[in-house]
Amino acid sequence: MAIGQSVKRKEDARFLTGRGVYTDDINRPGQLHAVIVRSPLPHARIAGIDAGETLAAEGVVAVFTGADMAADGVGSLPCGWLIHNKDGSEMVEPPHPPLVAERVRHVGDQVAVVIAETRAQAKRAAQLLDVDYEDLDAVVSCADATEDGAPLVWDEAPGNTCYDWELGDREATDAAFERAAQVVELDLVNNRLVPNAMEPRAAIGEYDPAGGNYTLTTTSQAPHVVRLLMGAFVLNLPEHKLRVVAPDVGGGFGSKIFHYAEEAIVTWAAGKLARPVKWTAERSESFVSDAHGRDHVSHAELAVDEQGQFLGLRVRTVANMGAYLSTFATSIPTYLYATLLAGCYRTPAIYCEVRSVFTNTVPVDAYRGAGRPEAAYLLERLVDKAARQLGIDRIELRRRNFIPKDAFPYATPVALEYDTGDYEATLDLALSQADWDGFESRREEAAARGKLRGIGASTYVEACGIAPSAVAGALGARAGLYESAVVRVHPTGSVSVLTGSHSHGQGHETTFAQIVADRLGVDIDAVEVVHGDTEIIPFGMGTYGSRSLAVGGSALFKALDKVVAKGKKIAAHMLEAAADDIEFADGQFKVAGTESSVALDEVAFAAYVPHDYPIEELEPGLEETAFYDPANFTFPAGCHICEVEIDPETGAVELVGVTVADDVGRVINPMIVEGQIHGGLAQGIGQALLENCVYDENGQLLTSSFMNYAMPRAADLPSFDVGHHVTPCTHNPLGVKGVGEVGSIGVPPAVINAVLDALAPLGVGDIEMPATPERVWRAIRDARAAG
Amino acid sequence: MARMSLNVNGRDVSADVPDATLLVELLREHLDLRGVHVGCDTSQCGACSVLVDGRSVKSCTMFAGEADGSSVTTIEGLADGAELHPMQQAFRECHALQCGFCTPGMVLSAIDLLERQPDPGESEIREWLEGNLCRCTGYHNIVEAVKSCAAAQRS
Amino acid sequence: MQDFALHRPTSAAAAVETCRGCDEGRYLAGGQSLIPMMKLDLALPSDLVSLAGIAELSGIRREGETLTIGAAETHAAVAESAEVAGAIPALAGLAARIGDAQVRNRGTLGGSIAHADPAADYPAALLALGAAIVTDRREIEAESFFAGPYETALEAGELIRAARFPIPEAAAYAKFPQPASKFALVGVFLARTAEGVRVAVTGAATTVFRADAIEQALERSFEASALDGLEIPPDGLTDNLDASAEYRAHLIGAMTRRALTAI
Repeated sequence: MAIGQSVKRKEDARFLTGRGVYTDDINRPGQLHAVIVRSPLPHARIAGIDAGETLAAEGVVAVFTGADMAADGVGSLPCGWLIHNKDGSEMVEPPHPPLVAERVRHVGDQVAVVIAETRAQAKRAAQLLDVDYEDLDAVVSCADATEDGAPLVWDEAPGNTCYDWELGDREATDAAFERAAQVVELDLVNNRLVPNAMEPRAAIGEYDPAGGNYTLTTTSQAPHVVRLLMGAFVLNLPEHKLRVVAPDVGGGFGSKIFHYAEEAIVTWAAGKLARPVKWTAERSESFVSDAHGRDHVSHAELAVDEQGQFLGLRVRTVANMGAYLSTFATSIPTYLYATLLAGCYRTPAIYCEVRSVFTNTVPVDAYRGAGRPEAAYLLERLVDKAARQLGIDRIELRRRNFIPKDAFPYATPVALEYDTGDYEATLDLALSQADWDGFESRREEAAARGKLRGIGASTYVEACGIAPSAVAGALGARAGLYESAVVRVHPTGSVSVLTGSHSHGQGHETTFAQIVADRLGVDIDAVEVVHGDTEIIPFGMGTYGSRSLAVGGSALFKALDKVVAKGKKIAAHMLEAAADDIEFADGQFKVAGTESSVALDEVAFAAYVPHDYPIEELEPGLEETAFYDPANFTFPAGCHICEVEIDPETGAVELVGVTVADDVGRVINPMIVEGQIHGGLAQGIGQALLENCVYDENGQLLTSSFMNYAMPRAADLPSFDVGHHVTPCTHNPLGVKGVGEVGSIGVPPAVINAVLDALAPLGVGDIEMPATPERVWRAIRDARAAG
Repeated sequence: MARMSLNVNGRDVSADVPDATLLVELLREHLDLRGVHVGCDTSQCGACSVLVDGRSVKSCTMFAGEADGSSVTTIEGLADGAELHPMQQAFRECHALQCGFCTPGMVLSAIDLLERQPDPGESEIREWLEGNLCRCTGYHNIVEAVKSCAAAQRS
Repeated sequence: MQDFALHRPTSAAAAVETCRGCDEGRYLAGGQSLIPMMKLDLALPSDLVSLAGIAELSGIRREGETLTIGAAETHAAVAESAEVAGAIPALAGLAARIGDAQVRNRGTLGGSIAHADPAADYPAALLALGAAIVTDRREIEAESFFAGPYETALEAGELIRAARFPIPEAAAYAKFPQPASKFALVGVFLARTAEGVRVAVTGAATTVFRADAIEQALERSFEASALDGLEIPPDGLTDNLDASAEYRAHLIGAMTRRALTAI
């Protein structure tokens, strides 16, 4: 049984020996190098561009501007999700040209591309480009953008509003507040983050004039999506003339889902120049051109009765979209956020309003968790505050409001139907693993050392594998949300899997091979998982939202079913039995109740060498394709517990314990699953304690490099204690839910709840993420001053 | 333009490159050692780490000319044929890599640590690895790999 | 990066001579600050004179009550030196926490102090210990060496050969790092010598400075309680994204107490 085993990863062989091939590792004959000239200003009109000196510089082949692309009919980078306002009207959807011609709208906005024989030449020449900017006033924060009389990022978006959207029953929620014994209120900021996958983005465009074919090699999590968007909306290239390849990709975390301007620029320029054109971001460029994450400002209110039962939840959120609508930007603070506001709780009435605003900042889009961390953070902070306000133990308060395990399927008041879960189980597991009950003695021991020790928990639920397509479509999604898989059994019995689900660290090449090995009874080394090339893979919606296994794995499972079904027919012929009498297990087709059997490789051979074959009824070959469109989201859930020690003198927070118990559904490879949880935890802890993307009031990005954007390092983190409790997903064939994002969703509120627990004796009631030493120190000082 | 000779992964090489060539550029672009990765431009991430005369350095923060006469080891030079270096093996066993981008620098940095301190404690390992950023693993399994490699090498 | 000529002299005299003949010549020590600056075009030398091959710039030796460290000694070498650990363990500890392992393998004492980053660690040690900076032409007291952010008393082409540290009775360094860069948000080097207590602060202002008020308090009583009630005013301290002046002022006291505990 390959499923459930910690099989060592197949992909490691190349990564450990330096033989991974990332986009920047690829060079094409005759290749040119592109450098993007970016706006140094947050908001300005382009009065003119003088490329004279640039064109004269050594090695320069071409300079293209927005006007050149527009003149060539290049379109706008599309947004993939249409949101409707409360009144039913459509959101404001401004144009997003790959190179802007008239007005720059954030520091880093693309103004021109300089293409030269070498990268150094292009870089030098780019510095010579003379762009005449007329400065305009900028807006930066959610608060700025919504102020009366604020400068407008887009003239067509009054009040800088992209949309003003709502979810839930307002009247029922208001009524719940009217009969509440108490109302708990909380204002919070979900801090803006920079995803910072370790591999900077890169792209190579190629054009073959002989056949009129274009190839884009790019750092993408979703090459088919890029082909669809770039081909159909931006460059007007039909799919059969456009190949998109995503080779090894060095992490994405959401930031590499989107179709970016540079992909269109190098592809288009390659066509213009009939030479390959390569662009690789420098890290400082990544900071101002990769989509950022989070950036919400919210006000939340919870209505409770005397026993602590949640009666209603009312939330008002302003979400920062940045200057343009990135590919999935609009869906994040709506369908991936407000729909999760029920959390693990039976809150009967929920109403959420979200106003998304344009600002003169880098576009904001999905980053690990994408909407769900914002929901979990809001809810789990609010529950802890409610517990303090009501004088009820915070764990007990959660238990009182949990959706009980016998209540599934459970329809929330915010549009989701949870299929399964057992929130008490993961809570109990985490509490016992973390020795929650023994905490007070640890607090005392720390106090003896002059440290403030605190413990905090969060019980979260999330939604993965956005689905089904029909429902998403009705809610404004402009794409399907299925996944494809091909299982190709070769004549001698080895297997190739073609999956639309790209792997960039998640280990698909191993996990998917385990599914094949388990189902077909072949050795895992006889399975090759191929991904990332639109020329080879039928179709794919890509890797995001922890969907790969639940959706892509299910597509694979379906294709395997088809292979087995066909194999049974072939075996029936070979064994002179009825197909219905054939059983398949451990790689053997067997006539039920007999010893008569034939192996998979023999069946495959017969399928490809059909000398003795039911050719009238069955085509030769043993290859099947499946598309899987899920019936529902999956709903991983769990409990995360953090323990911190604070040095009251400096405010420094040391994370001394992280214990999690997650229900991610059935586990195929525990080693990989735990690795995914670890990584998500690190990013969630980063958000809670270290990372913060800061613009100054004029729109300049202050945290513009690793010198001042604090990435979590090894010494910033403890080891993690990871546990599982499984309730299998009820609607996909593998019973899997998804694991990529649970860490970044569950842990930020657990960290902050622990920090506030440590500070509670001093009278501190609130702190913002990241809880930096200075913020903690100030909170302590202010609380002491307040007495 | 300067002519320089150095030993890279056990092989003597010489190159004529402009003086402003960084070591990482020499390795990636002239010697085609693409396992040396560039993850930042401010000398923070450590993806480009290589061993120069046995010590880990960021090859983006050293000129090629400064390595003249030195011996340089990159990730490509660690395995002995099909046999992985014990640190590579430990990374595989402990699932200490995901996307693989930081891995070459991480492995070489960890090797430098064990050269200096064969029996490091967990906090020593974590502090030593501060020069190498990883966004995927949360470092948990990297620390486990270094511990396990250290234990294997001691026994 | 702008092209330049790299020179690799083998003697200090030749290095000085080479640099003198250059248009915009600069010495290249470990390059851990200079190379990142060159990448950003913040430094545009016509020539770099590498100090790596000059044996006379290396060496760590103790003579009586003085510890002399060659300018080309890396932070790693200082951190690992038994000589340093024996004479001024706080200095070895400081070197062991500069930047990260790779930076310590390349970065040098001379390079660090010539660069004079206002948040670098070494300047605090030099100032608190009353070290002398030995150049190709003179000795400069640390007191008059650090002139401002990235500014020193070095003349054009002047080459640091070594730093000479009087060995204190006791010393300690406490650093509160900026989490992204690992430079000191505030670092306090505390030394007790026969002449008295010296406290130098790095990271908190545009250049390293001595904390007179703390020194006076500790002269009266060399223990943490001497600092009780002592307010460090935030005036003149750095106030930026990394920390407010107020917090830096607070950290000066906190790091001083931490250093006192470590002694």
